[in-house]
Amino acid sequence: MAHGRGKRLSRWGWEVIVQHEPKPGVLARRDAIIAGLRRLLPEDNVIGDALRLKPYETDGLSAYRQIPLAVALPETTEQVAAVMAYCHREGVRVVPRGAGTSLSGGALPLEDAVVLGLMKMSRILEIDYADRLAVVQAGVTNIGITNAVSANEFFYAPDPSSQLACMIGGNVMMNSGGAHCLRYGVTANNLLGLKLVTVEGEILEIGGAYCDAAGYDWLGLITGSEGQLAIVTEVTVRILRSPEGQRAMLAAFDSIPVAGACVDAIISSGIIPVALEFMDKPCIHACEDFAHAGYPLDAEAMLIIEVEGSVVEQDDLLSRIREICAQFNPISMKVSQSAEESLAIWKGRKGAFGAVGRISPDYLCMDGTIPTSRLPEVLGRITEMSHECGLGVANVFHAGDGNLHPLIMFDANDPESFRKAEKFGGDILKLCVDVGGCLTGEHGVGVEKRDLMTYQFNPIELNQQRRVKSAFDPQWLLNPSKVFPLEDTTPPAMAAE
Amino acid sequence: MFAPNSEAELAQAIGAAYAAAEPVWVHGQGSKAQSMRSVQAARSLSTRNLSGIELYSPKELIFSAQSGTKVSEIEAMLAANDQHMIAETPDFSALLGSTAPQTLGGVVAAGLSGPRRISLGATRDHVMGVRAVNGLGETIRSGGRVLKNVTGLDICKLLTGSHGTLAVMSEITMKVLPAPERRATVAIAGLDPVRAVAALAAALGSPYAVSAAAYLPAQAAARVPAVAWLQGSVTLARIEDFTPSVAYRADRLRSDLAAFGVAEILDDAASRALWAAVRDAQPLAAAPDDAIWRVSVRPSAGPRVVAALEAAFGAAGFLDWGGGLVWVAGPATDAAHAAVMAAALREGGTWQLLRGPDALRNAVAVIPPEPDAMARISARVKLAFDPKSILNPGRMRAGL
Ligand SMILES: Cc1cc2nc3c(=O)[nH]c(=O)nc-3n(C[C@H](O)[C@H](O)[C@H](O)COP(=O)(O)OP(=O)(O)OC[C@H]3O[C@@H](n4cnc5c(N)ncnc54)[C@H](O)[C@@H]3O)c2cc1C
Repeated sequence: MAHGRGKRLSRWGWEVIVQHEPKPGVLARRDAIIAGLRRLLPEDNVIGDALRLKPYETDGLSAYRQIPLAVALPETTEQVAAVMAYCHREGVRVVPRGAGTSLSGGALPLEDAVVLGLMKMSRILEIDYADRLAVVQAGVTNIGITNAVSANEFFYAPDPSSQLACMIGGNVMMNSGGAHCLRYGVTANNLLGLKLVTVEGEILEIGGAYCDAAGYDWLGLITGSEGQLAIVTEVTVRILRSPEGQRAMLAAFDSIPVAGACVDAIISSGIIPVALEFMDKPCIHACEDFAHAGYPLDAEAMLIIEVEGSVVEQDDLLSRIREICAQFNPISMKVSQSAEESLAIWKGRKGAFGAVGRISPDYLCMDGTIPTSRLPEVLGRITEMSHECGLGVANVFHAGDGNLHPLIMFDANDPESFRKAEKFGGDILKLCVDVGGCLTGEHGVGVEKRDLMTYQFNPIELNQQRRVKSAFDPQWLLNPSKVFPLEDTTPPAMAAE
Repeated sequence: MFAPNSEAELAQAIGAAYAAAEPVWVHGQGSKAQSMRSVQAARSLSTRNLSGIELYSPKELIFSAQSGTKVSEIEAMLAANDQHMIAETPDFSALLGSTAPQTLGGVVAAGLSGPRRISLGATRDHVMGVRAVNGLGETIRSGGRVLKNVTGLDICKLLTGSHGTLAVMSEITMKVLPAPERRATVAIAGLDPVRAVAALAAALGSPYAVSAAAYLPAQAAARVPAVAWLQGSVTLARIEDFTPSVAYRADRLRSDLAAFGVAEILDDAASRALWAAVRDAQPLAAAPDDAIWRVSVRPSAGPRVVAALEAAFGAAGFLDWGGGLVWVAGPATDAAHAAVMAAALREGGTWQLLRGPDALRNAVAVIPPEPDAMARISARVKLAFDPKSILNPGRMRAGL
């Protein structure tokens, strides 16, 4: 990293990331702060000893690790408010945490920060089928919402691959997507309201069980704000009635540009499948080895296309789609014949990251978005870059919306390999910006892409965002060292103040 | 009135107003000037000359246009490619007594969404990118031209619905969708509001992807030719998709709703006319002196709001969004406004006084006030964009 100040973190004995310099006063008062937190929460819910702090040292981006000052695990909104008010008074930084599955290091602790874990707030508070909403605490898992309503044939739409573990509070803060967001939108499109705790410890409700919250769109601003603005304790989500059925098909092609052209043709025909996923050859192989879904091993590119509705409607849509695919000389097409076959097809896709993990000791998962028209060119360039740096890459992504997930394979025992992987990843993201896309489609900026923000935004734009952060968190106590480049994270003054 | 011809001229004009610390009345064509609170400003700036479509990529489901571009021009361009704006942008010009065409910047700044809001989201859900000039005269971008983007804070959503109080949008990029091949509407005549909303809940909770759900009481229905012949109140659920799907689903929905009464199925042409009327609140255009409110509550609470306001001042109106959007017309008085606020608050909802004489709009809370802790943040966010409070001061709330 370019600059000298700040705290360097390392995992394998070499420097990987820099965070804010710890506040010496806070480190010195560690025991008093832990005692202070113990006065606010049940005894067991404050962690101070090294062994029990260890599980909180990292998140889904395990290259970066830092043991926090302490961990606080509140069970109610009021307890969250008490902890926040206390930390605010004491000038202590706070890193909120859900399940810790962030792939961008969004929940990475700081040495002088209290990690505020929401996982004990895991109750479903209300389900209303007539008004099609559920009110849940922030620590309810994503799948937990769907599980709670599935007996009534309802579901919660955004379905990140991490849905068994990740929590709705984390989903809100990352504005997570999923395989079905082409049809159903991302987290932001499926929320109605939030209960928040401000950095000062005040409890706020925004939005609610209705559609039109007059005034500024706080719900939209908070969603995807990566723990920078406030703590989420409760979430009101839209729940939807399940379709009558769904069915997936596979279409395999012998070239990536042809598969890309086929995606364009499907969308241009007026069909928006519920899912339209793309895998390249390395990914197909990795996933097939693990899921045995009958993926075509001879293909350069494969599409998973899912439609929904009654059997008749599925047949109609699938025949339209098959007709379109047929114009692109597919190597093979396979329509799932049963619910089990569809499940196997999705098992491969949803397990893709894990599957790549089986063939490479370590991987970095990138997450840029590009205009879909630039797909062939960008994938071609990524392959070239892979040859240039000598690291393998597997591509699996949401084709309908251009959200790429190149998985860069490297060896964590080799510092050189990690450095190359980081550079390769950074170059891919810069390429995404160059072609008119962005650094992150759904995994967030976190610490990982923080220093690339200057590539997408100019100083004026970053300062505008930083002033919004300051409006919520004037002293920058909430999740510092994330999202904004470290060089200039002194709270900007408001001109008129 | 100054109408810049380019974003650079816009930035210069705001920069000059900032230097002079003089407030600016920011607007497009002014079609919504008679809504919200009026702005007292030394300067007046219109985006009307910032016009033109910058990008349209049908297969990427995206277009970008300068903020002063007429919505009608965009809709025509999309229609030529069998696509449409997802949130079904309403046009309240008739209600607001304006003949000015709406601009894209205007409908985004006002955060307006039509009947499809209940199924596919609001305008804010489809704004993918903006370019804007803040109150310092600085040009900023947020979002972009791709469908998925979580890079940095979502300033796009914050600007949508902010009525020009934070920044002046110069260019907007929006997601679009293929227009349906066919529409049909399942219509049940003669229900009271409570039964109607139960029927709409059943329709929206069905697997048939109902895209809009409204209830017109007899008086409102009589003003919409597409349903007037049903003679009485009408409970309406729309389905739109490929032709075979629409036929199948409308039929299934009709039988699923049999317990509520015998349903008619309105065809494509009738559905188009009907939902345009619902979208633009045409049934309320008849009484030009009435004030008009939009009350937003949880759908099942809609009938209670209707009953309360009928009792309070003989309110007329209708329900959209499955019951969650209550359109209310009544006398333009403080007392009626107080009754609307009370009814909305009782149900934990929100309101907007959409139309009323200046005196009323400037005297009352046209949208709900915020609790203290939120109001403090609001004020700071306003300053973060507009440190001298020169952009549309007081447009949304007194002092903001
Ligand atoms: C195998 C795997 C697959 C994945 N697949 C997807 C995918 O398909 N789509 C996708 O979008 N993401 C995916 N992710 C990324 C990750 O799961 C999401 O970002 C998820 O939303 C994070 O939820 P979490 O509960 O783990 O949050 P955490 O990782 O704990 O936190 C995420 C961020 O939110 C903040 N935060 C968490 N809870 C709160 C709260 N209550 N209040 C305030 N701030 C809070 C944290 O500080 C942090 O910045 C995947 C991750 C893995 C490991």
